[in-house]
Amino acid sequence: MSVKREPGVEARQQLGWFKANQWLLARRATQLGFFMLFASGPLFGIWIAKGTLASSMTLDVLPLTDPLVLLQALIAGHRPESLALIGAGIVLGAYLLIGGRVYCSWVCPVNPVTDLAAWVRRKLDIQKGWNLKPKTRLWMLGAILVAAFISGTIAFELINPITTLYRGLLFGVSWGMATLLLIFLFDVFVTRDGWCGHVCPVGAFYGLVNTTGLLRVSARGRQRCDDCMDCYAVCPEMHVIAPALNAADTRDTPIITDIDCTACGRCIDVCPERVFNFTHRFDQRVDQPPAPKTMTARSHLVTAA
Amino acid sequence: MALTKKKGYGPADPKRRRALKEMAMYAAGTAGIAAAVTGFAGQSRSLPAETLRPPGALPEHDFQSACVRCGLCVRACPYNTLKLAEFGDGPAIGTPYFVARQVPCEMCDDIPCVVACPTGALDHSLTDIDNARMGEASLVGRTACLNMLGLRCDVCYRVCPVIDKAITLQLTHNARTKKHTIFEPVVHPDACTGCGKCEKSCVLEVAAIRVLPKKLTHGQIGEHYRLGWEEKNKAGKELVPGVIDLPDRLPGGPSDIEPPSLSKIPGLGKTGVGQ
Repeated sequence: MSVKREPGVEARQQLGWFKANQWLLARRATQLGFFMLFASGPLFGIWIAKGTLASSMTLDVLPLTDPLVLLQALIAGHRPESLALIGAGIVLGAYLLIGGRVYCSWVCPVNPVTDLAAWVRRKLDIQKGWNLKPKTRLWMLGAILVAAFISGTIAFELINPITTLYRGLLFGVSWGMATLLLIFLFDVFVTRDGWCGHVCPVGAFYGLVNTTGLLRVSARGRQRCDDCMDCYAVCPEMHVIAPALNAADTRDTPIITDIDCTACGRCIDVCPERVFNFTHRFDQRVDQPPAPKTMTARSHLVTAA
Repeated sequence: MALTKKKGYGPADPKRRRALKEMAMYAAGTAGIAAAVTGFAGQSRSLPAETLRPPGALPEHDFQSACVRCGLCVRACPYNTLKLAEFGDGPAIGTPYFVARQVPCEMCDDIPCVVACPTGALDHSLTDIDNARMGEASLVGRTACLNMLGLRCDVCYRVCPVIDKAITLQLTHNARTKKHTIFEPVVHPDACTGCGKCEKSCVLEVAAIRVLPKKLTHGQIGEHYRLGWEEKNKAGKELVPGVIDLPDRLPGGPSDIEPPSLSKIPGLGKTGVGQ
């Protein structure tokens, strides 16, 4: 075969570096933005959000609480104050509206770590790995809820890499952040997209919340797809693409509806044919196949210009 | 194809075997992870004695089912007293605590840490900081305490925010000098909030007075114990009529001891012990 194709290169050549990375940049900016809401206080004395992703208070009026953490507290036998209940309600409502796993790609601080691991893995061209099922995370979710019940504590918070990272950075660097190194190594050497795509119970929870969200990726231009496979190469949840992109029936929805899709938009970036776009859940439009490139069509363009 | 009914596999179908095996594997893995996390959580439940929880903290077991480790109490504390536990600090990772000898609780009137707690791990019904029970001061280093040596230090007594209630000075005779007084600091659990200001300000190299978790400072009398003087008050009369005449131990030796006159104890009479 020929030289190994590097995903995103063709898009970069055709569309320019910025256009071929725009959603990635937007995501990094959003992730950093969320972090800075918390970090501006300890860093610059400008207090916007206090606390961590587990529970926070923004501008002294908006309480937010992670619904999964609160669920564990409930299972562990605690009856929380209304502040946490309201906070969890707001977060849950927001993600039901936007899409649960938007959290994973746009907010969660572990995402840059596992994205980096995926990039390293591609660069090192590591093919083989431990083939975990994506549904492993549901078992993991079950495991941490059982642990909360049996131990009567919010047990997972002892090791949760997401809150550990935020806590470590906001309240003083912690040894617990070594878990992120483990995740990085796991993703590079053991399983492709191992943590975020297979194991993380928080992702599993937000996946279950991902059934109604409005923000979706659509393979609207699937007729233009030339099977370069770049989208599959970069997608952290590969299995979500096929039903929309390679639909058996042209009447099948172009919307990626799988609850595992994190709406990271990386497929949009790397596609040289601009097959994908962000849209809402009910947008069923599919681009018509391009008109055959005949001389008449071209001459029309020329005359129009 | 035609042989398979609906969607299921037959009992000997290798696909079914594989699916069941896989299922068992995932279930076993899940159980293993759940057990490991549960074990870790169990281990994390022991709180080192020198680490104190913020005011209003629920009992340790309940606290760990309630605290989401968000750090809002830490942010609310105006004196940087509270810290979130790191790996190796002792308390469960991410939970708030303070060490009295480093930075004690300043006992804010509005208790901002409790107000900030979103889950109620710090009990919102605590509105008067004097009712906080973060721990209990205890003069564990009695022999090193300057006051106990007969000197006048009194610092713990002076700094106590609940002065003359939580710590009082009890005057006893100084047996060494035979003419001075010892001003012993005595802690009263019914008033001590466990803020740790006494421990923080103890002038010794190692504090003689320490705030410890309540469970370490509390003695409890047996359920069946009855205090004679209280029972006497309740009954309004002597419960044991007459005086029990116990033997007088005199310098002369055991031979001088008269046997107790058991006959005076009601119920024993002549058929008393040892007869």
